Amino acid sequence: MTNSVEDLKEAEVIIVTGSNTTETHPVIGMWLRHLSRYKGVKLIVVDPRKIDLTEEAIMWLSPKPGHDVAWLNGMANVIISEGLYNKKFVEEQTEGFEELKKIIDKYTPEYVEQICGIPADKLREVARIYAKAKNAAILYCMGITQHSKGTDNVKAISNLALLCGHIGKPGSGVNPLRGQNNVQGACDMGGLPDVYPGYQKVHLPENKAKFEAFWNVELSDKPGLTIVEMTNAAYEGKLKAMYIMGENPMVTDPDITHVEEALKNLELLIVQDIFLTETAKLAHVVLPSASFAEKDGTFVNTERRVQLVRKAVNEPGEAKQDWKIISELSTKMGYPMNYKNAEEIFEEIRKVTPQYAGITYKRLGLKGIQWPCPDENHPGTPILHVGKIARGKGLIVPVEYRPPAESADNEYPFVLTTGRNYYHYHSSTMTRKARVLNYYCQESMVEINPEDANNLGIGDGEWVVVESRRGHVIVKAKFSDRVPKGVVFKHFHFSEAAVNKLTNTILDPVSKIPELKVSAVRIKKHVKGTTV
Amino acid sequence: MQIVIDGKNITADHGLTILEIAKKEGIHIPTLCFMEKLLPIGSCRMCVVEVEGYENPVTACNTPAVDGMVIRTNTEKIRNMRKDILRFLLINHPLDCPICDKGGECLLQDLVYEYNVDVQPYTIKAPLKEYKEYSTPAIKYHPNRCVMCSRCIRTCREVVGRNVLDIVGNGFDARVEPVNPDRCIACGECLSACPVGALTETVSPTKGRIWQIKRVPTVCAYCGVGCSLELNVLDNKIIKVTTDVNAGMNKGVLCAKGRFGYEFVNSPERLTKPLIRKGNELVETTWDEALSFVASKLTEIKNKYGSDSIAGLASARCTNEDNYLFQKFIRAVIGTNNVDHCARL
Ligand code: SF4
Ligand code: SF4
Ligand code: SF4
Ligand code: FES
Repeated sequence: MTNSVEDLKEAEVIIVTGSNTTETHPVIGMWLRHLSRYKGVKLIVVDPRKIDLTEEAIMWLSPKPGHDVAWLNGMANVIISEGLYNKKFVEEQTEGFEELKKIIDKYTPEYVEQICGIPADKLREVARIYAKAKNAAILYCMGITQHSKGTDNVKAISNLALLCGHIGKPGSGVNPLRGQNNVQGACDMGGLPDVYPGYQKVHLPENKAKFEAFWNVELSDKPGLTIVEMTNAAYEGKLKAMYIMGENPMVTDPDITHVEEALKNLELLIVQDIFLTETAKLAHVVLPSASFAEKDGTFVNTERRVQLVRKAVNEPGEAKQDWKIISELSTKMGYPMNYKNAEEIFEEIRKVTPQYAGITYKRLGLKGIQWPCPDENHPGTPILHVGKIARGKGLIVPVEYRPPAESADNEYPFVLTTGRNYYHYHSSTMTRKARVLNYYCQESMVEINPEDANNLGIGDGEWVVVESRRGHVIVKAKFSDRVPKGVVFKHFHFSEAAVNKLTNTILDPVSKIPELKVSAVRIKKHVKGTTV
Repeated sequence: MQIVIDGKNITADHGLTILEIAKKEGIHIPTLCFMEKLLPIGSCRMCVVEVEGYENPVTACNTPAVDGMVIRTNTEKIRNMRKDILRFLLINHPLDCPICDKGGECLLQDLVYEYNVDVQPYTIKAPLKEYKEYSTPAIKYHPNRCVMCSRCIRTCREVVGRNVLDIVGNGFDARVEPVNPDRCIACGECLSACPVGALTETVSPTKGRIWQIKRVPTVCAYCGVGCSLELNVLDNKIIKVTTDVNAGMNKGVLCAKGRFGYEFVNSPERLTKPLIRKGNELVETTWDEALSFVASKLTEIKNKYGSDSIAGLASARCTNEDNYLFQKFIRAVIGTNNVDHCARL
């Protein structure tokens, strides 16, 4: 996020898009409801589904899944053609405005309506509300990024913020909500194939030299494989060994039939986890690790806040903290790692990660610190880009609308979109072991609009087969007017009816994020005892 | 603006309540229905104070201070009023303290102690209220312990935005009931707002007193909001999750996963020993055997096919320290940049 959660109270308008905040980021969802009820913040929801927050919103627009650039450009069209953009900001702090102007003419609200189904008048109104607000923030999540055009979606969003100058000040900004507890931290730490800790590119000689000197070893300057590319390489036999720490690709990755074949193809699969997950069951070696309650260390939340994790209980049996396992293995392989504790590792992290240079365990206390924090007197950075865009000038990048890789057709007439459920988390290895959470949600169902169901002769709670070009699952149908006609929804948590047997592995060319949010499927009643 | 509280001259901003100013000045005024994150409603009257020139005492939590006010917070008259309020509350509040979860950190218990309410002269004839099902099985409501402060109701409405609860019935028959149970999301915010033991949690079979347990401040292991919470530990077991309103960015608020999702830590299904594949089966082994096998096999593959034939997945669930070491291992020891995690999923 460019801004902080707390700071959202300064906004006059908040647009929430591609984020079912109530279920995926519950406490932020509560905060949004509070702001709308007690602080007069105008909430606008743009989401194919009638998500919980629509209750609180002044407007809800429902685009067809996978056509987000269209409506985002449509907003830019209105903002430019009606002269509502922030001329001073655009002139002084951005570049690329003229290029955007060139392509934006054709995205009239009427044209956009044909593509994505949002009524032209409503889109105009939202564009005006956003542009005229003193402060306006946009929140988005995987509903925007998990597309083959996800990077374009994000650019189109940031264009709007730049056009209106809604960035670098309280109550504004472009705010992706990060999904998992430490996904921000794993990225910050260089758990990515192209960057060292602190987003320092591996292909730049100066970075390579810096880390070679620091780690006292020769390094590769060739960017590595992303997660889906790894699966493909393993499938083709080019990848021979994988070491997986605390991840369960057998549930969370797209097209898991393919994932299973790929993992089985490896000569060596090492899985380090707290449970015998679906992925661990395929491993040659399983290493038992510690849960968050057994660890000292740091997590980073969606607003870049580094916070202290403290050990409360001992590891069960012989389980060990992940960093200890890695250190022992590394030492065995001839590269000794002798850290006394997590804090000693953090001290090394701050030496090589400029954004973390000023952070110490002692300073973190109970409140944490938001990076960048360049030195020990720096208070941290709750809002990015204040006064000046970080890269100098804010780059407006024109993006053209392109349809998603798959759309509904005669053969596969429905669009399947996926997401999370409030009571579960990711592959649900943890949540399914909590009785309260299981009480509320034990079964995985596919949400379908009652009208569609009636047309197919399917009753509420009946078993159906959902089939895509990649595979099928058998689940119960759940009538829900949360999903519009032509769209069905299923959460991805449970392995026995894994929705990722259906999803598409096609990647966004830049972010390499798979298109999990749009797959064409067909649905029919399941007759027990028959095969599909 | 100038005011006087208990003889102390104070300069304060306009628009603040008497309670807010007193708090800033370190002057203690007892409260019961007031909570910082809720709109004040002035219903319990525990916070009464005297204001010079006013005929009746006022409630400090919802009375704005005005220039020139002279306030007394702790006179004999005020102390007696508060004592009477407490006596009144005790009419139908059973002295359950020895068996109540809240014993030791109950606001009513503390106030009764502070005001030394040793005699309770009032009696009424009202039947004990019956237990009823609450909005979620994670929480139990004890109607006879309820002091009708409505903190639970207002929290559910103002903080969580779900309007599940309301007061039903009148007078001594009044109680809190889930009027919209379907809207409940089991967040437990009502539970954490209750100043007494009228709402208790049902999740942990083990209970512990505040002085027996260790409260460890840490961060929720589920979503990216990163709520601060406290693990309550007794004999190396998590028995409850609580929050500190001053920690982190969530102001003491949690969702169902953060508050009730901790059981996996104690799960009997946790892995406790390294496993190694023997034929079709994974069998238990020692750390030494497991790590030696991994080390030699990785070295063999690296020598035979090159570093880029090996890849690692770091984890969005592990700490920064774990992830830093993991990528360092893959880059420095294996010699490849094939490291990623499920950020995109
Ligand atoms: S658990 Fe949460 S939603 Fe349910 S009644 Fe309590 S505060 Fe309301
Ligand atoms: S249940 Fe607790 S919070 Fe709710 S009214 Fe009763 S005493 Fe107050
Ligand atoms: S308590 Fe809920 S909202 Fe907060 S971090 Fe945990 S899962 Fe997320
Ligand atoms: S605390 Fe002021 S009236 Fe209850």
